[in-house]
Amino acid sequence: MNDRTSRLRSQSLNTRPGISPERAALMTAFYRENAGRYATPVMRAQAFLHLCQKKTIYIGADELIVGERGPRPKCVPTFPELTCHSVEDLEILNARPLTHYDVDAECLRVYREQVIPYWRGRSMRDRLFAALPAEWHDTYGAGLFTEFMEQRAPGHTVLDDKIYRKGLLDFKRDIAEALAKLDFLNDPLALDQRDALESFAIACDAAIVFAGRHAALARELAGTETDPQRRAELDKIAATCEHVPAHAPRDFQEALQYYWFCHLAVITELNGWDSFNPGHLDQHLLPFYERGLADGTLTRDSAKEMLECFFIKFNNHPAPPKVGVTAAESGTYTDFANINIGGLLRDGSDGSNAVSHILLDIVDEMHLLQPSTNLQLSRQTPDELLHHALRVVSKGYGFPSIFNTDAVVKEQLRMGKSMEDARAGGCSGCVEVGAFGKEAFILTGYFNMPKCLELALHNGVDPHTGKQLGPRTGDPASFRTFDDLFAAYRAQFHHVLEIKLRGNQLIERMYATQMPAPFLSVLIDDCIARGRDYNAGGARYNNTYVQFVGLGTLADSFSALQQLCLDGAMGFSEFVCALDADFAGHEALRQRLLNKTRKYGNDDDAADEIVVRIFNTCIEELDGRPDTKGGHYRVEMLPTTCHVYFGSVLGASPDGRRAGRPVSEGISPVQGADRRGPTAVIKSAAKMDQLKAGGTLLNMKFTPALIAAEHGVENWGHLVRSYFKLDGHHVQFNIVRADTLRQAQAAPAEHRDLIVRVAGYSDYFCDLCKELQEEIIERTEHAGF
Amino acid sequence: MQTGLVFNIQKFSVSDGPGIRTTVFLKGCPLCCSWCHNPEGLAPHAELIVAENRCAVCGACREACPFGKAIAGSGVLPTRNQACDLCERCVEACPTGARQLVGREMSVAEVMAEILKDKIFYDESGGGATFSGGEPLTQAAFVLTLLTECKAHGIRTALDTCGFGCTEDLLVLGKLADMVLFDVKLMDEARHRQHCGVPNGPILANLRALAAVHEQLWLRVPVIPGVNDDAENLTAIAQLAASLPHVRQVTLLPYHNTGLSKHARVGHKYAHADLKSPTSEQMMAAKNYFRACGVDVKP
Repeated sequence: MNDRTSRLRSQSLNTRPGISPERAALMTAFYRENAGRYATPVMRAQAFLHLCQKKTIYIGADELIVGERGPRPKCVPTFPELTCHSVEDLEILNARPLTHYDVDAECLRVYREQVIPYWRGRSMRDRLFAALPAEWHDTYGAGLFTEFMEQRAPGHTVLDDKIYRKGLLDFKRDIAEALAKLDFLNDPLALDQRDALESFAIACDAAIVFAGRHAALARELAGTETDPQRRAELDKIAATCEHVPAHAPRDFQEALQYYWFCHLAVITELNGWDSFNPGHLDQHLLPFYERGLADGTLTRDSAKEMLECFFIKFNNHPAPPKVGVTAAESGTYTDFANINIGGLLRDGSDGSNAVSHILLDIVDEMHLLQPSTNLQLSRQTPDELLHHALRVVSKGYGFPSIFNTDAVVKEQLRMGKSMEDARAGGCSGCVEVGAFGKEAFILTGYFNMPKCLELALHNGVDPHTGKQLGPRTGDPASFRTFDDLFAAYRAQFHHVLEIKLRGNQLIERMYATQMPAPFLSVLIDDCIARGRDYNAGGARYNNTYVQFVGLGTLADSFSALQQLCLDGAMGFSEFVCALDADFAGHEALRQRLLNKTRKYGNDDDAADEIVVRIFNTCIEELDGRPDTKGGHYRVEMLPTTCHVYFGSVLGASPDGRRAGRPVSEGISPVQGADRRGPTAVIKSAAKMDQLKAGGTLLNMKFTPALIAAEHGVENWGHLVRSYFKLDGHHVQFNIVRADTLRQAQAAPAEHRDLIVRVAGYSDYFCDLCKELQEEIIERTEHAGF
Repeated sequence: MQTGLVFNIQKFSVSDGPGIRTTVFLKGCPLCCSWCHNPEGLAPHAELIVAENRCAVCGACREACPFGKAIAGSGVLPTRNQACDLCERCVEACPTGARQLVGREMSVAEVMAEILKDKIFYDESGGGATFSGGEPLTQAAFVLTLLTECKAHGIRTALDTCGFGCTEDLLVLGKLADMVLFDVKLMDEARHRQHCGVPNGPILANLRALAAVHEQLWLRVPVIPGVNDDAENLTAIAQLAASLPHVRQVTLLPYHNTGLSKHARVGHKYAHADLKSPTSEQMMAAKNYFRACGVDVKP
């Protein structure tokens, strides 16, 4: 970092997140004036144009890349058409100590007088809650699953290389051609397609207007700037914003600025899940980098400075605040932009380059919360890049996570994507695969698997609420074999999953018809060619995910029931009584469960076979079922922070876990259950056919001593490559000492910059809730070195 | 069926030879070094221990023991009593896993099954299996079969020895193993006898015999302040290393006291509670004695 980027970084870190009511007020005014005037897609595009024309724009001192979603850095707009925060919600945001957002009196006034009166009952959240049936509300309320789209839009996609070749005016020509081909006489869908295509064209205009306003502001600032160097920079910013996004970029700065305008446009028109990200940034930038070096307009240092300015832009954008269950499942400022480093080129050769190393250096020096980064590691990736990445990971910020590109490609081929599209794809958000620039890969919610076993042990009744939520699968005392027990679990799982999927289908259609995303549709193939919106199935590929949580807890629970009740002398009734009592008076039993039963994560086939059976059940029950967009449902094994919420609604579990404690996360073993070191964890995890999922998450925690040893980084690299040879999908590492974390708990003020890997992302340790902090401390420290 | 007494199989072992390894610890050692960090490997028979930090003092061990009522006292059953025939009922009954049996008779097939589990990691990293202890030479026939089996499965092997044992056994095992990690502690006969309980003459003779025929020899020297880190001793070891053919690497292993609590568990009286880990300055001084003799040392 140089002085400029150090200043920008400090500003970004030290500015408190706050809420801006500007977008909500502009949106409300536009809807009051225009509701009913246009077809829905056109209405959405016009509303977006209105925002781009009216919203406050910002160019800060020192900045080289410009543009903010809110009126200034870390000031977050809201999306009342999706979720209309109540005054109480806003007051909670302002008052709560964790993931706090400043809310001022003016914001409350705007909400009370303008926003709430209009949107209450009209927001997507209000409408879809009204449309969902009672059985959905009962199971959702009991914590059997969550729903992503109850307060944010489907989003969750990543950009490919198209914007580096085409300007928005080029896209507008494509749109005009598609419009010209419509057959209004013979095709009943032509009118819908026309509305969609018109909305796309308006969205292009909106982004160009937005850039133009930045160009004008930069010129104005340049006019009064006294420092000649800054004046020149402002002139360059102005020239850049006059050229992109209307036209294809010509140099490094234009390429980054073009992406950034696209990013802002996507996250302004709607609040889509998992932000948006440039994908293979190193591959996209390489031609501009090489050209700049060759013609003398760029050096490695100036490119790095520009990229640092770009990274800070991501960090300036905390996620819009969530409410209710979603705040619990994903309580974080991060918005899950996840830049891919390395990977493969379309022809299958290594995709890493000089820019990959610059990106790793930036991650190393800046350790910002956002953007996330990941290493795409294929067999072609040189060890030099792997070791560079591991040295960055060893600093303990949890970045980058590491993905197996060869598996990522195979997983996508299985979903029917072309080889080239699969290789140009990668991972986004937390761990999910996607064909960048060509796919809607939508996460729909987490699914509480251990809770389904709890239902099976209580004949379908949720012991927490006392409600009969699942089918009557019989008194567990009647179970004679493991198959009997598993069949009861599977019946509960099936029942709850179907409730979730019926809800998904309804919500998906509501978004398809009522809340299109015209600007995003311009960027994702083949929305223009099909004349169909991203939210309505316009993308070339559509895959819809359910994320299953609690694998390790569930497997160890089955293992314990097998050993004590089915193979042992203990009766099911007695066991369930001990669970219902949260082991009060049964501490010896709990100790036996913790210490003397076979556990997943130790390369023990007896325990691992259960995990495989649970995983295969997810695949059999979900994979390949149709969504409403012509795509399919897929399995993902990802918790984010939902394992804490799911644990809070779950009684004591048969593996010895106490009521209310977090369940296991991703495909990681239960915290502390892995006793045979990292190779055993890897072997156990690899027994699942991970290529059948669209993402799995494995967390490992190493102490610094482990890496400091001679050949530590090399052996660490061997460990990762071995996992990937076994078709493992992803692994991430927390490198931190438990005593450091204890110190941070005791004195958070002194450890505000302590970043740890949580689930598919990293977060500030001191911003995590107590339960999550404890769990991260508990995660086994592999002290093998 | 051929069996051996094994007290631990350590996966992801990365300091007993190159790459990622599995180390098989064989029970029984002719030496009794006061700094030993695996004191539970010394006795050539299985023994009961209690990890006191995990013990809930619930008395389940006493209830389960066929002789429990006859043994004086209450609460935790002592681990060493005359009547005990290692039936393991107390181990089974212990809910927290504090009570453990150290040392288990394992067949060749059982040990090989554990080694083979991590073959992919050896192949990726250039690692393999290491046979350590205790002292593997005390179970030479068993180790010989394991080395032969590993070779048949394409797994590279290392023998980690204190060097005290039958020369013929050492040469046979050494020849089969891809590399030998050989410990050298003290060069003075009297001091060796004092700290390790046996003379060092046979060890040094074995080392010279092996060095004459084996091409992959690593010397390992524990550095224990006040015991063997003096100039005289380390210089003598360095001169020995310089004089031998085929010494590929000399590794200095700083003493650490993690084995101390284990000494108490197995009832050793001769453990030094006052031994200290070397400081980085002491380690640097130790290295310099070797460098002065032209011997490169790790780390």
